Amino acid sequence: MSLKPEFTRLLDWIPQGARVLDLGCGSADLLAYLMKHKGVQGVGLEMNPISIIASISNGVDVIQADLNDINLVNMFGENAFDVVLTTQTLQSMQRPDYLIDSMLRIGKRAIVTFPNFGYWRNRLQLMSGGKMPVSDSLPYQWYDTPNTHLCTFADFETFCQERNIYILEQRVLGNAWGAEWFPNLLGEVALYHIEKGIGSH
Amino acid sequence: MTTVTLSESNAPASVGVVTPETLVIDDPLTLTCGAVLPSYQLVYETYGKLNEQASNAVLICHALSGDHHAAGYHHEDDKTPGWWDHYIGPGKAIDTNVFFVVGVNNIGSCRGSTGPASINPATQQPYGPDFPMVTCADWVVTQAKLADHLGIEQWAVVAGGSLGGMQVQQWAIDFPSRLKHAVIIASAPRLSAQNIAFNEVARQAIMTDPEFHGGHFLANNTIPKQGLMLARMLGHLTYLSDDLMGQKFGRELRSGHVNYSYDVEFQVESYLRYQGEKFATKSNFDANSYLLMTKALDYFDPALEHNDDLVAAYAPIEAQALVVAFTTDWRFSPERSLEMVKALRQAGKRVVYAEVESTHGHDAFLLPNAYYEQVFAAYMRRVAVESAL
Repeated sequence: MSLKPEFTRLLDWIPQGARVLDLGCGSADLLAYLMKHKGVQGVGLEMNPISIIASISNGVDVIQADLNDINLVNMFGENAFDVVLTTQTLQSMQRPDYLIDSMLRIGKRAIVTFPNFGYWRNRLQLMSGGKMPVSDSLPYQWYDTPNTHLCTFADFETFCQERNIYILEQRVLGNAWGAEWFPNLLGEVALYHIEKGIGSH
Repeated sequence: MTTVTLSESNAPASVGVVTPETLVIDDPLTLTCGAVLPSYQLVYETYGKLNEQASNAVLICHALSGDHHAAGYHHEDDKTPGWWDHYIGPGKAIDTNVFFVVGVNNIGSCRGSTGPASINPATQQPYGPDFPMVTCADWVVTQAKLADHLGIEQWAVVAGGSLGGMQVQQWAIDFPSRLKHAVIIASAPRLSAQNIAFNEVARQAIMTDPEFHGGHFLANNTIPKQGLMLARMLGHLTYLSDDLMGQKFGRELRSGHVNYSYDVEFQVESYLRYQGEKFATKSNFDANSYLLMTKALDYFDPALEHNDDLVAAYAPIEAQALVVAFTTDWRFSPERSLEMVKALRQAGKRVVYAEVESTHGHDAFLLPNAYYEQVFAAYMRRVAVESAL
């Protein structure tokens, strides 16, 4: 099974045998991989029927639920997982802040990935054409996009600081040379490994 | 990457003509209520072949008015297949080319297994109202006896909907090592007050019928037809959704205009009366059995002896679970299924949950539905792969 590049970049953040919850797990390819190669106990949350069937066929325990409706803390309890991750889902949530808060309550650590609205091509499209950016990582038009809460790396880091969320590590996906040095400009997709900061509840 | 599309199945085959079998058990059975049945019989059907290791067995638990006849036909001209025929058969969700499927009629019911209409050996008269109360726990004990008889140490799957789903939970709690998977469909961890209330109205309809004779109606050569009919009308309407009744009948009038009378005016009234009448007469359902089955529903509550802690009640479970609910099922709503999912998760159990879009209310678990079929089939394939069937 070949994983998406985004997934391969976060594998080492997931300890062997960890309890892992993937919010918006799609066909659960990542969880199936982690269960097979890292012996994790994986659970996925998903709402799309076709993805649910694919997840079951992938041997993954999937729970059908809408992330905008479900009370994660009530469903799973505090610290039920070692890692809670959500890939490319945050930006389409009604309240991304609530989701991250819940993730850090039900899990010890969280992994979040999202498209960087501050990526230079996005900036260029908005600045030169005066139009909302459309790209591989943001393939929608303004009127049909599920991405109602786009942010830049800088926005996300400010958010973490304000909420006392500790960033263990940040990685970027982008073809451009120098993306590691100027992530907010040259990184197309962000991967964050986070946990609750000291003193936060 | 697994590619999946939602499509209607292309009419897989039936298990064909099946013949029920009977197992007589002479060991006395002490029931939850304290009463003892000196002996009893179980009527059951099987579909498919039990493999050499006896590792491909699936037990089907029936609901309120169901029975052992879950699939196939009883004779060549039989027009009505078993109650879960859409989901059991060659190439179907519970694939009889892979699995050995057992359907069993529960004691207290009236389809051949010992119940209120059976002869009480002590009196040589029908048990009638003297038949003791039975619970899901009692049923599961008798089903385990059947498993012993068939040489099945561990079921690959125990599956059921509604009251059947309660028996599945009971199996997983009481005999943790005797099933690998629990398939719990359109069920609940216990009935709500509203649900018990509906059952009570149904029981009162039966018990207040003058033909009920305190339950001794058979000895009086009669049946409480009116009461059974009312009970079924009430039950039936709660198994449907408001949307579906709206679509099916709306406010359509039987004669095309209002007559300002208490005769049947609206089509929905005609439909309900027909359903009630059919149940009370043609189906020959024993009124005492109906009472007993509704009481079994009311009493099911595994969390009760754990200070209402469902997580503690589920703690002994070893099986993995598939839980399925239907969006318009208001008697066994998705919220109730999520209670089970939550408790199973918090008890550290493996569980898959699907919420199926359907307009059919509680009845949806018996009816064709592409998504439901594919979830069910995908889960059963996973069971087969895990057990190398």
